[in-house]
Amino acid sequence: MKQNKGETLDHVTSTRLPNGLSVHLKEIHTAPIISHWVWYRVGSRNEVPGKTGISHWVEHMQFKGTPTFPSAVLDKAISREGGVWNAFTHLDWTTYYETLPADKIDLALRLEADRMYNSVFDPAEVEAERTVILSEREGGENEPLFRLGEAVQKAAFTVHPYGHEIIGERSDLLNVQRDDLDAHYHNYYTPCNALVAIAGDFRTEIMLARLNELYANAPAGTSPCDQPANPSILAEPPLTGEQRVEVSGPGETTYLQIAYRSPAAGNPDFFAFSVLDSLLSGPTSLNLFGGGGLSNKTSRLYRCLVERDLAVSVHGGLQATIDPFLYEVHLTVHPQRSPREVLQAFDDEVRRLQDQRVSDQEIERAIKQARALFAYGSESITNQASWLGYAEMFASYGWFTGYVEHLAAITPADVQRIAQTYLAPDNRITGIYLPTGESIDEGVDDEPDQAG
Amino acid sequence: MMSQIKPDSWKSLPGPDDTTRTVLPNGITLLTRSNFNSPSVFMSGYLASGSVFDPLDKLGLADFTALSLMRGTQAYSFQEIYDQLESAGASLGFGASVHNVSFGGRALAEDLSLLMRLLSEVMRRPVFPPEHVERLRAQLLTALAIRNQETGDLADMAFDEIIFPNHPYGRPEDGYPETIQAISRADLVEFHRSHYGPNRMVVVIAGAVKAQQAIDQVQAALGGWCNPSLEPLPELPAVHDLETSVRKHIPVAGKYQTDLVLGTMGPRRGSPDFMAASLGNSILGQFGMMGRIGDVVREKAGLAYSASTSLSAFIDAGVWEVSAGVNPANLQRAIDLILQELQRFTREPVSGEELQDSQANYIGQLPLSLESNAGVVNALLKIERFQLGLDYYQRYPDLVEAVTPEMIQEAAQRYWHLDRLAVVSAGPDLHDVQ
Repeated sequence: MKQNKGETLDHVTSTRLPNGLSVHLKEIHTAPIISHWVWYRVGSRNEVPGKTGISHWVEHMQFKGTPTFPSAVLDKAISREGGVWNAFTHLDWTTYYETLPADKIDLALRLEADRMYNSVFDPAEVEAERTVILSEREGGENEPLFRLGEAVQKAAFTVHPYGHEIIGERSDLLNVQRDDLDAHYHNYYTPCNALVAIAGDFRTEIMLARLNELYANAPAGTSPCDQPANPSILAEPPLTGEQRVEVSGPGETTYLQIAYRSPAAGNPDFFAFSVLDSLLSGPTSLNLFGGGGLSNKTSRLYRCLVERDLAVSVHGGLQATIDPFLYEVHLTVHPQRSPREVLQAFDDEVRRLQDQRVSDQEIERAIKQARALFAYGSESITNQASWLGYAEMFASYGWFTGYVEHLAAITPADVQRIAQTYLAPDNRITGIYLPTGESIDEGVDDEPDQAG
Repeated sequence: MMSQIKPDSWKSLPGPDDTTRTVLPNGITLLTRSNFNSPSVFMSGYLASGSVFDPLDKLGLADFTALSLMRGTQAYSFQEIYDQLESAGASLGFGASVHNVSFGGRALAEDLSLLMRLLSEVMRRPVFPPEHVERLRAQLLTALAIRNQETGDLADMAFDEIIFPNHPYGRPEDGYPETIQAISRADLVEFHRSHYGPNRMVVVIAGAVKAQQAIDQVQAALGGWCNPSLEPLPELPAVHDLETSVRKHIPVAGKYQTDLVLGTMGPRRGSPDFMAASLGNSILGQFGMMGRIGDVVREKAGLAYSASTSLSAFIDAGVWEVSAGVNPANLQRAIDLILQELQRFTREPVSGEELQDSQANYIGQLPLSLESNAGVVNALLKIERFQLGLDYYQRYPDLVEAVTPEMIQEAAQRYWHLDRLAVVSAGPDLHDVQ
């Protein structure tokens, strides 16, 4: 739908400006608020070894100013108007958003149109930001789950760039230079590689006219539609057997992270996998904003692991991505149990899904849960606006509007097939975080208890 | 500043015209506001049965009790409770803070009666199944073991202890491993019997339900509840300012970053200078990219990913603190920069422009913070908890606009004394750092 001028789906107007910029607009007149998002098709997926973390760093630099909006002005402009703004870098995309009172939105439109082309990348600012990002990474490294997640992701991908953390390798963060960042920015921050999504209290014709006006002012020398030069992204070969990764560190708590290679969001299997996820580890909310999640205490894994005192918590989920990524289950091992015992019980439960078909009622339940999560998400205009662009980053907006309908078509046989295809032991990486000195066969409390 | 807000948007904020407040015959206070933009409802509330009632040797009792409620009731097992909720895509949960036990949940509007029925069942007829009490205990102890490795949590906890010695505000609501071990099932039963009742209960509902329907549902679910054995609220000890600065470092092995908390006692929520302190806090460490502190520590010096301030105001007192996560080698430099900013904050009035920025931000952000049902519910809870009046959000622009730079400086000088600060850090051993 994105190439067709003026086509609408779910009252969304989708079009493409002459310079190649995709625009998706949805009028919502329930509150005097507008949420504006600019999405770029660049994330850690577009990074090469030696330059990991560069997309996230460019995102940070986008807050350092342009000649029109120097950083001191930029920091304050949105807040002064009572708005909120932020940015996120993910595997496949980088996005910037502002949500403002409706009569103040022009500031956001001008600011994003400006920083698509005109960010300065001042060398001193680049250096100050290097230590900020190292500090952000060190904050992560304080967390056992960050360290475990990084090790699992690395083991899961040998050639595909999904194998490194979005924040990047420490060594790369020390080495990337100002010109690398600037080149990455100019390569990927072009109208053809971007999408503007706006939802809220406006009139579509007026908004479109304003966007045309703002984005017509591309600097001289910018060609009408620069498609970025992308490094070739190799498809990850199948795993040839179960991989195991151990990380050790301080603390008393043992964690497991079990990661299966999962289908891309555009693969029809993704929907059946979402149903499986709901049944196995509890429903995952895909909303970027609002709604929160649901508890998972009736999920199969909670009942089999937590209710039987093997784990103290379990959760899992899928991410919607362009290329196949990971279905991950995180477990906190019960202090009196060994990781090996927990894995055994986990495997038994997965086998049950592979051997026996689930009931129709279980699928109906997963659909109702998805419907509720979408209803909660629709309370927020910011969240509604996010979906206009987010879904386009890995599939299309129709993927979002058709989501519940797709789930409704899933049968027990589909779920069984997904379990058999994707949850095979040789399709996974098992990560274990062990407190220093522990082994995977022992429970931490096996030693005599001092406290009694 | 009022002129910045369109009259239309102002009408959309909660006020006496569209918010219904009613007190049921058994004492439950209910506030409700309709919003039919999405087919969902959000419900939240509290009971005055928080950790103020915890015996010192059983810290964590209020929290343990609250978290046990959904583990089984006279009518339903744990799995039956959650099966009803999760099958409906609904949620419900409990947790304790110092003054209150809070609860909250959401559902599709068609399932509000289910949510209220379960809320009533778990609050009135919990049975504390022994197997679940032990399972929950293991979960709580694991959470405490994890907390013991979280540099931010450790610094916050030590900070509260220093600011509020001998006061419930200085004690962790989730207790310590030895106090959680000391709590028996009988303690939970007794805590519930003597501290849970309707007359100290507030319920707020926002979403796709008419006010009268919400009232009817709460009345049907909870109107029959009474508890004659409810204990009175305890008198809390007085709070005192520090007499001298306290510096504490908590070494945590195997960490890469140090978390810093530096601060002082702040105003209670009902204090006349609360709004001035709040706007001052915005200028100091919130506005834009984390205010003045963010500007010097992050933007200019590049020392930290996060460096900001917060002002938390409770019933009896508050805390006003600066927090930052820094590389251990940069800890002292960060502290020095923060102290310089605090000195400037107390010595000079903020500029008119800085104040106008934060005032505009406070006023302009209201419609946004109140767009979701959860946002409205939280706003109404605040109104009830601190007795702000149903017209609070409509008076709010005037309250914000009335603050002057001089009022902020007075508040800054009242609370910030640079020779009487608590400065706490948690992270790698200081001796291991150059």
